[in-house]
Amino acid sequence: MPKISTKNINAWFGKTRALRGISLDVPEKQVVAIIGPSGCGKSTFLRSLNRMHEVAGGTIEGKVLLDGEDAYALDPVVLRRRVGMVFQKPNPFPTMSVFDNVAAGLRLNGVRDKKRLAEVVEKSLRHAALWDEVKDSLDKSGVSLSGGQQQRLCIARTLAVNPEVILMDEPASALDPIATARIEELIHELKKEFTIVIVTHNMQQAARVSDFTAFLYLGELIEYDATTKLFTTPGNKQTEDYITGRFG
Amino acid sequence: MTDAGRGHRWRKFKNAAMLSLAGLAVLAAVVPLFMIFFYTLSRGIGSVNLDFFTQMPKPVGESGGGMANALAGSGILVGLGCLFGLPVGVMAGIYLAEFGQNRFGMVVRFMTDVMSGIPSIVVGVVAYILVVLPMGHFSALAGGVALALLMIPTVTRTTEEMLKLVPDSYREAALALGVQQWKASVRVILPAAMKGITTGLLLAIARAAGETAPLLFTALGNRFWSTDIGQPIASLTVIIFDYAKAPFEDWNRQAWAAAFVLIGLIFVVNLLFRYFTRDKYGRA
Ligand SMILES: Nc1ncnc2c1ncn2[C@@H]1O[C@H](COP(=O)(O)OP(=O)(O)OP(=O)(O)O)[C@@H](O)[C@H]1O
Ligand SMILES: [Mg+2]
Repeated sequence: MPKISTKNINAWFGKTRALRGISLDVPEKQVVAIIGPSGCGKSTFLRSLNRMHEVAGGTIEGKVLLDGEDAYALDPVVLRRRVGMVFQKPNPFPTMSVFDNVAAGLRLNGVRDKKRLAEVVEKSLRHAALWDEVKDSLDKSGVSLSGGQQQRLCIARTLAVNPEVILMDEPASALDPIATARIEELIHELKKEFTIVIVTHNMQQAARVSDFTAFLYLGELIEYDATTKLFTTPGNKQTEDYITGRFG
Repeated sequence: MTDAGRGHRWRKFKNAAMLSLAGLAVLAAVVPLFMIFFYTLSRGIGSVNLDFFTQMPKPVGESGGGMANALAGSGILVGLGCLFGLPVGVMAGIYLAEFGQNRFGMVVRFMTDVMSGIPSIVVGVVAYILVVLPMGHFSALAGGVALALLMIPTVTRTTEEMLKLVPDSYREAALALGVQQWKASVRVILPAAMKGITTGLLLAIARAAGETAPLLFTALGNRFWSTDIGQPIASLTVIIFDYAKAPFEDWNRQAWAAAFVLIGLIFVVNLLFRYFTRDKYGRA
């Protein structure tokens, strides 16, 4: 069974239609990349998977299944703990330390046990490949880290609530090539335990990190296939034009 | 000279002109402040001594004495105002910023703006009707309610504005962690806006501390020591009002002293408040 499966979803911002009948299966513990030109609905698609689309005032139609069950029948709070999200711009909470940022998800959901918090924070930071860099400055402000460290901090924060799926919206687009490479390595690691959906503008990145790739254009799913297949022998003329750089 | 050189000189001139204008504006804002401060200082400092803080007012005709009762009274009145006003204002502000994108929110916002324009003496009348009439007599409680009513609009709107300045990305980050919306507001967004909100609270408190009109027919005033919130109570502002228009030179002097002490207290409270609400990374 696919981890996530969307059935004919349509999404709107008021009268603007951002997604047109998208059906797509995300297999468990695989990385799915979403590519397409700016404004084609990549972020909207990602945000409809954890009901963040509604937070921005959008509406949605169709079905999203998580483990075969209707995701929209779940309390959004519960859904979002199972389907975590990392944003384009690193956004650590400005008034919190490194430790508190990672602990935030648990603390705000009522976990008080200091020992458990410390364990989860260390595990999440190690998992996000940040532990060695911050272990001596856990009480420094989260926003005092470098951009790449902040983004890994945000990943650790997401990991700390122990999600099953991680959504990443262009997680490396604000970072330099070295920081980007670290995030890509990290995605390879995380894939062992988590299902990942990543939006990216960068086709090399999609080719490097993902197992499957979906090409969206003007809110429609043009092609969805194994990454190696899509990048070598695309089945659609528009996909081919896009990946060869003829438009987009 | 080349065109480029002339353009450069013109730009430099414009820059200097704008800077001087801005400097003048700062002077225009700061000079009256210093004048008020130094004038009250020069007129009042002579009568500020230990007695002023520890003694009660002397009967008419005798000189000396102090304003211990008014100091305590002002403290109690402002304290009551904060106790009623700050929680209501801050919570209303949170509501408007986080959940107020609807018709009810718009109505509340509009009413708050209207309320902040109501003259303080009218607010005093409202508190008179709400508290003094049912109780049958003047009281510190009624004064506190009047001050709270004055503080609520400022506190509400600054809280709302400051919360709205917090980037949406923090709100989204919290929600995406599976945090309930109200918890995200209170535990993530509110702390991020705390610095600005503090400034708003201080302005409201300072304004309340300096109010006279709404206290005239609520707290009334009291020549004697009282800390009973059910009874009339003295306050620095009402005493300044009474003493300044009294035909005794000693009382006039004491009015100046009280004015000076009031300004000084507001200053100190400001500093303390900022010190205790600074964030833990040392930004005040
Ligand atoms: N908050 C919003 N309000 C109204 N319309 C929006 C909003 N956000 C996005 N849209 C519209 O929805 C469509 C899809 O936007 P979306 O952000 O999903 O695109 P994207 O593929 O992520 O683009 P990018 O690569 O630039 O991030 C666009 O046409 C955009 O104009
Ligand atoms: Mg996007």
